[in-house]
Amino acid sequence: MSTARARLTGVTGHRLFWPLVVLVLLLVANVIYRPSFLSVELKDGHLYGSLVDIVRLSAPLILVALGMSLVIATGGIDLSVGAVAAVSGAVACLYISKQPDQNSLAVVLTAVALGFGVALLLGAWNGILVAGIGIQPIIATLILMVAGRGLAQLIAEGQIITINSDPYKVIGVGHLLTLPFAIVIALAVTLLVAVLTRRTALGMIIESVGGNAEASRLAGIRSRRITFLVYVVSAACAAIAGFMMTANVSSADGNAVGLWVELDAILAVVIGGTALAGGRFYLGGSVIGALLIQTLTTSVYAMNIDPQTSLLFKAVVVIVVCLIQAPAFRARFRRRRSVPVTPVEPVGTEKEQVPA
Amino acid sequence: MTTTPLAARAGRAWWRVPPRHVPVLATLALLLVMYSIGVSQYRAFSNIQVVFNVFIDNGFLLVVAVGMTFVILTGGIDLSVGSVVAMTAMVSASLLGDGLHPALVLLIALLLGPALGFAMGCVIHFFDIQPFIVTLAGMFFARGMCTWISTTSIPITDGFWTTAAQHRIHLGENFVSISVLIALAVLAIGAAVLAYTRLGRNVYAIGGNQQSALLMGLPVGRTKIAVYTISGLCSAIGGILLSFYTLSGAPLIAVGMELDVIAAVVIGGTLLTGGSGYVFGTLLGVLVLSIIQTLITFDGTLNSWWTKIVIGGLLFVFILLQRLVGIRTK
Repeated sequence: MSTARARLTGVTGHRLFWPLVVLVLLLVANVIYRPSFLSVELKDGHLYGSLVDIVRLSAPLILVALGMSLVIATGGIDLSVGAVAAVSGAVACLYISKQPDQNSLAVVLTAVALGFGVALLLGAWNGILVAGIGIQPIIATLILMVAGRGLAQLIAEGQIITINSDPYKVIGVGHLLTLPFAIVIALAVTLLVAVLTRRTALGMIIESVGGNAEASRLAGIRSRRITFLVYVVSAACAAIAGFMMTANVSSADGNAVGLWVELDAILAVVIGGTALAGGRFYLGGSVIGALLIQTLTTSVYAMNIDPQTSLLFKAVVVIVVCLIQAPAFRARFRRRRSVPVTPVEPVGTEKEQVPA
Repeated sequence: MTTTPLAARAGRAWWRVPPRHVPVLATLALLLVMYSIGVSQYRAFSNIQVVFNVFIDNGFLLVVAVGMTFVILTGGIDLSVGSVVAMTAMVSASLLGDGLHPALVLLIALLLGPALGFAMGCVIHFFDIQPFIVTLAGMFFARGMCTWISTTSIPITDGFWTTAAQHRIHLGENFVSISVLIALAVLAIGAAVLAYTRLGRNVYAIGGNQQSALLMGLPVGRTKIAVYTISGLCSAIGGILLSFYTLSGAPLIAVGMELDVIAAVVIGGTLLTGGSGYVFGTLLGVLVLSIIQTLITFDGTLNSWWTKIVIGGLLFVFILLQRLVGIRTK
């Protein structure tokens, strides 16, 4: 009895337990609303279905959240990812739109390389401000968050650049081996980051810098270089996300691309169990967090609720997940558990509202 | 000819300003330079009405920035302000549309913002969750409320509102709106509270070092909850002023305003880590942002995206300045 209980506490105590519960609840609500929700079919060798769509649409968020996880692991934060996505998307689309043959693969590759290069520069700028000059990350990246949008519009001269390039479109809506190409990219980057950080010492070094940068430096870790690096990686991830977003709609709008994605990404990372204080990161958690947020958004669309209202649901989910994960809240809950009345009732009812 | 060290220090003091005043003075200098550029370039710029228009067009921004100054001084941040402004305007417009008495509408609108701020402050304090995340949720919540009320803009035709919006208070040949007076009153109250009250001292103490403040026996929790409530109240007032200005409530109004407000506070010399800064600096910060917009409007050939780039550049310069004059950054 006691071991079963201990095991149960072990499961419910796992940092991914509650995010997964909310994710499953959302999926169940979708199935109740529309029983065909879970069906996935193979058409012309491509996978189709609501689930596939959700994963495809969350690909940009997953990418941004991956970069954000690393930044947050070092105790920083990157507010500029949305702006970086907008800039790199605008650069790529501008280059393609200027070429006579927009369908040439070489043109698209050059465009992507250009956008990626600009993103690396922007990431390096953030990295220099944070690691080199020692400005607080939230402010250092705030600069680019504000100026980046202006930069994206400057590149596009205030216009929405529309392109007509099939190879570029593939990044957003194409397929590879029956899977949407965006999912393949997100999967590949996730695996790459996971292998680099979890199969080498890099992840531990990043966490140690986040735990205590000075102590890490004294222990022989080039902590500044690591800090610099994570901002570059974050910008690189944001750039790929930017290509996906612009490829999805075959156009680049400096104002709209990646709007609020930084906030969604931070939410995804926090839902995934990574503390904003740094020192630890969980890539799997961030991916699940991103899926959760996208599922929420898609469900709201699917249920014919006004899209903007999804913000209301997002707010409720964020607070519920954060509260459940907060040590202070758990302590309160545990202390009062001996009392017959269950004090988490309000949280439970709040969660009920999500699918409704 | 020996002088005591104290005298030497005093003798130098007239030109060597304390480091914590440098950012504010730099902002003031920048403001003067920008204004002179405007005056020298455009004839109409020297008209005093230009200055008054800056206040008329940005009164709501100023009010919200005063609230944000309180929060940032404690080392926190409030991302919900833009959404709360929009929510207040929406609620007012919607209730007025339902034919509720304007006084009652004002009361309700002015209670909603502080209530949300109080709730966020409580979550931040009691559950020890980062302000960033809590106010982010508050931002989503308030913005969601806006669209829940209506997805389209609601015009305001109420007599009290239109009078408040259109009434001109003449000062010689020029005029200001009622909103400007409200904004300046909020500014004065904010400055007085920070400078002369116990709450103000507690705010600085918590921003300086929360642990020390706690050990000194200061009411840390109460103060933290208070600043988010104040910020909510200021956002609510800002929302009312904005609804005076636009005579409508729109669900997507004031999107991204929190960034402008944070930028204004930072350019005004307040440290984002807390503990150092003045409401006066915030006023200067708001003025700098609005003069940039005025200059770009006067120029006519520059596009609005330059505003963002210039604000970004200024943020960079001021943060670098704060770093260089060696005020504590972390």
